[in-house]
Amino acid sequence: MRPEEGTLISRAQALAALLELLTDQPVIICNGFPSREAHKIADRPTHFYMIGSMGNAPAIALGVALAKPNKQVITFDGDGNVLMGMGTLATVGALKPKNFIHVVFDNEVYGTTGNQPTISNVVPLEKVAKAAGYVNVERVLDREDLVYEFKDMLKKDGPSMLLIKVNEFAEDAGRVLHEPPDITKRFMKAIEG
Amino acid sequence: MIESDAFVQALQDMGVDFFTGVPDSILGGIIAELMVRRIYTPAVREDEAVGMAAGAYMAGKIPAVLMQNSGLGTSLNTLISLNMIYRQPCILIVSWRGQGGKDAPEHLVMGEVMPHFLDTMKIPHRTLTESTAVEDFKWVAETFMKQRIPVALVITKGVVKGLHP
Repeated sequence: MRPEEGTLISRAQALAALLELLTDQPVIICNGFPSREAHKIADRPTHFYMIGSMGNAPAIALGVALAKPNKQVITFDGDGNVLMGMGTLATVGALKPKNFIHVVFDNEVYGTTGNQPTISNVVPLEKVAKAAGYVNVERVLDREDLVYEFKDMLKKDGPSMLLIKVNEFAEDAGRVLHEPPDITKRFMKAIEG
Repeated sequence: MIESDAFVQALQDMGVDFFTGVPDSILGGIIAELMVRRIYTPAVREDEAVGMAAGAYMAGKIPAVLMQNSGLGTSLNTLISLNMIYRQPCILIVSWRGQGGKDAPEHLVMGEVMPHFLDTMKIPHRTLTESTAVEDFKWVAETFMKQRIPVALVITKGVVKGLHP
């Protein structure tokens, strides 16, 4: 069954709940619907919206986290993205940046291209992360658990992965309006210091 | 032949303060020196290294990514759909495997096409030589600052001292 039984929330609902708990932390958001929906829900200068380079969101976040050890760095990622850049789970697990939180919206499909199935229905990505060396990993199915676990991860040393099972619904969000060079400049200024 | 420590020092003097990449034998001496100085963050794939460098750049660092030229193929999409369109520069230290058709078979195709490949991708590049090293490094720094895209310094076999001279 897709999505996993008991999964009720959409990625946009999960994003809204997470963004409510964040303030000025750098957030690297993967390409596809996650960037578009986050941009629609709350457009903050601390958001780095990706439109290409699928699979690279956690690598970019890792670069920020290593360069800014005193800032907690978040990445919003998808199951297809994690599968494409799975080696980065190992790099994060080996380097163990304490200030790194990896949120994965797992809807078991490539949403932007027409909901073709991924293989995350049979490969539990949070277990891969745990085996690779992530310190805290949690898999949640509803809003209450996601708020509880994300609050907890914000207080803990990482690296941490919060895998949120979401349904296939995509918000009517449109494309991110900022030009890519402007996203870079705005993000750099917002995370200075 | 350029000593590895002089090569690394030249990059540090330029302000480069974030080093990542995937090893190659031609780059062995440089990576060993970076590890001695405790300033090297190893990556598992070249596109990951390029992504990490992009993050480090946005967090205020000047990044360099080491790779053999096969890694240009692996990181192609990241270089064009991240660095190029978002204007995120990095210094690519690329070893030229397969140059002149003298190498293991897997290096021959990329070895032959690499300069055209970099031209096609619009990545500015220059091949380091011992006699032009000062100008080569200066050109890399200026191109990085001016164009805000990846710039490649190509390293041929024997120009920088390796692990096994």
